[in-house]
Amino acid sequence: MTSPGKTEVTQGNPASTPDEQGIASSEATAPALRHLLDIDSLSQADVTAILDSAEGMLEVLGRDVKKTPALRGKTIVTVFFENSTRTRISFEEAGKILGADVINVSVSASSVSKGESLYNTALTLQAMQVDALVMRHPHSGAPHFVARHVNAPVVNAGDGMHAHPTQALLDLFTLRQKLGDLNGKRITIVGDVLYSRVARSDILALTMMGAEVIVCGPPTLLPVGWKPGKSPAEYGYEDVKIIGDVDEAVTGADAVMTLRIQRERQDAGHLPDMREYSNRYGINRRRLALAKPGAPLMHPGPMNEGVEISSEVAHGAQSVVEQQVRNGVAVRMAVLYMLCSRGKEQ
Amino acid sequence: MTSNRTVIRNGRVIDPAQGIDRVADVLFSNGRIDEITGAPLATIPEGHSVIDASGLVVAPGFIDLHTHLRDPGYEWKETLESGTRAAARGGFTTVCAMPNTDPCQDNAAIIEDVIRRAERDAIVRVLLIGAITRGRHGKTLAPMGEMADAGVIGFSDDGDPVEDSNVMRQALGYSSSLGLPIINHAEERSLVRGGVMNEGHVATRLGLPGAPASAEAVMIARDLELAALTGGKLHVPHVSTAASVELVRAAKARGIDVTAEVTPHHLTLSDAWVYGMHGEVPDVISPTAYDTNTKVNPPLRSRADIEAVIAALVDGTIDVIATDHAPHAATDKVCTFNEAAHGINVLETAFAQVMQLVHAGTISLPDLIARLTSRPAEILGKQTGSLVKGSAADIVLLDPGVAWTVSAQDFVSLSRNTPLDGVTLKGRVSATLFGGRVVWDARATTAGVLS
Repeated sequence: MTSPGKTEVTQGNPASTPDEQGIASSEATAPALRHLLDIDSLSQADVTAILDSAEGMLEVLGRDVKKTPALRGKTIVTVFFENSTRTRISFEEAGKILGADVINVSVSASSVSKGESLYNTALTLQAMQVDALVMRHPHSGAPHFVARHVNAPVVNAGDGMHAHPTQALLDLFTLRQKLGDLNGKRITIVGDVLYSRVARSDILALTMMGAEVIVCGPPTLLPVGWKPGKSPAEYGYEDVKIIGDVDEAVTGADAVMTLRIQRERQDAGHLPDMREYSNRYGINRRRLALAKPGAPLMHPGPMNEGVEISSEVAHGAQSVVEQQVRNGVAVRMAVLYMLCSRGKEQ
Repeated sequence: MTSNRTVIRNGRVIDPAQGIDRVADVLFSNGRIDEITGAPLATIPEGHSVIDASGLVVAPGFIDLHTHLRDPGYEWKETLESGTRAAARGGFTTVCAMPNTDPCQDNAAIIEDVIRRAERDAIVRVLLIGAITRGRHGKTLAPMGEMADAGVIGFSDDGDPVEDSNVMRQALGYSSSLGLPIINHAEERSLVRGGVMNEGHVATRLGLPGAPASAEAVMIARDLELAALTGGKLHVPHVSTAASVELVRAAKARGIDVTAEVTPHHLTLSDAWVYGMHGEVPDVISPTAYDTNTKVNPPLRSRADIEAVIAALVDGTIDVIATDHAPHAATDKVCTFNEAAHGINVLETAFAQVMQLVHAGTISLPDLIARLTSRPAEILGKQTGSLVKGSAADIVLLDPGVAWTVSAQDFVSLSRNTPLDGVTLKGRVSATLFGGRVVWDARATTAGVLS
């Protein structure tokens, strides 16, 4: 494809860990990943290459001395215009394990009321010759805007309601560990899909890998037109099935993902209250038992225990929440390595 | 001053007000129309200078009922001079300026000041729209009578709807004695919430907060009922949805005194333009997506809405084409989509854009010209928009078939915020005459000045 966001991955030896290969040889086979703005810019082969690479990264993460020189001399800046703890730390740890210098910038989005500031922030970072920019912003498309103005690769760490591609990759990685090939697997996503960038990226990622995606949530928290019984053409997403009843949606699922519900949704009139939400859409022991035996239970975090997920299942045998967090570091190592190890010529 | 006597030779003269569509010569002198000949004259009449319009269409200058000139208050975006130069380039010889200036045009003193400065700075006719309410705050009526005496042609709070239904009722009732329309920006804000584009598939995929199409129809429905209640004159600006069209159609059938306009962009650009690929739906959301030059209010709508507003234009439910020309500086658009100001720079591309409907066989060229000339003139109740003998020699020369590529850098407007930069369109304004004086000549740079 010819779209500018499309990546072309040269299939070198993506599964090998950077310290095995050494800097020089890894540059020779470095894939030409430009930015990571969302999953749609990746091919299935790209995704597989990243996940394979993350396997090696996970091994590095498990070592006593977890440090490699792969990105030594590289500077990665994380700029978060929105609060985040786990995602920012995850990227920071990923960069540091790879030997990069990681600089964290926290900016209150409210102090950036004028777009010129974001423009100037981008130009400033560009002038400082950073090697990668990891960015979270409350406005959808903000990383795309920055990517237009900087040469450094931009990693989208979450933009508005649009995308959170590294979350989707770590979810795929976790599911691959648990379920193997995802082709034909039934994955049920429950909750606030309307506002969820995690859901949007996960839907792209899961359908790309051949999974059957079931979406379930209150009608007021699903995107417009996403109604049970409607054809995909009517809501624009193929390979996604909308089921209104949560028990039905979960039944027979190979994996269940429940999304964080924000209290602001109640204030905005989408929901009567959290208790009713929990009763009607919360994932608890009874509902999880409707899924396939041992089906992994996922949550992108942070969890509202007792609301979208009961404490019992959040910390139960089927929960893979902590595994997701650990995998997140490995996947982000793989992403940063792919983006930063490319040669200067680009 | 131009030569006192001029003949425009051999053009296809289209004057909808007189039902004229024939190859003929147009004679004018001292800035006023003398005659449209029955056929091209065999010889150039004595003492006339000549403008050769062979192969071109000769029509009355266009009238835009909805323009933002940004003057006073936002002169870095547009001025009375730059905005009217842009108008001239677009074939418009009359523009009606909205009152969302700073200070806001909500009293006779400001109106008189702008009229006086327009006489000095503007190169085409500027008519003014006064605010409905003081400060455009939607609370208390502005002195409409005084502004009417000063010459306004209607009232609008522009980008801000009159939310209070009683204020809207009073505005329609009060203005009915003045014979001037209330132009209410139809948008139910409680439904829009933080929406920045049309709610639908594109917004879902881009993760942008959507504003439902019904936010427009809900308020139009209210306004139509209040027009019926008061007998006031309602003009609905920038109609953009299928449901709005149905309401206006039904209201006209009921005999409610309502007229409606549609913009070139709501006739031709769908919400898929937000993808930043000139309307194509891409496989990948690329870095060029979230094109802030496609952010406008009302937002670009779905294909089905576009089809509905086109059909309504053709059947007369929508009376006129108006630009909603909304110039903005780069700082208002070089930012995220959420942060970007609403508005598209339209005057210089309007004719070429709506010519797409003619090229597609959807509307005839004479009817299209009527929606830009005689029909808005009727709404204004002014003796413009026609080449009838004695009227001002406000004339456009059009080359409907010629292709050209929009270049924002070439805009004479002070702003560049067009989604059409780099797009090739067919149909252009060759020359514009205002009161017999040439105010735009596309051929000046290529084939020499008009002789």
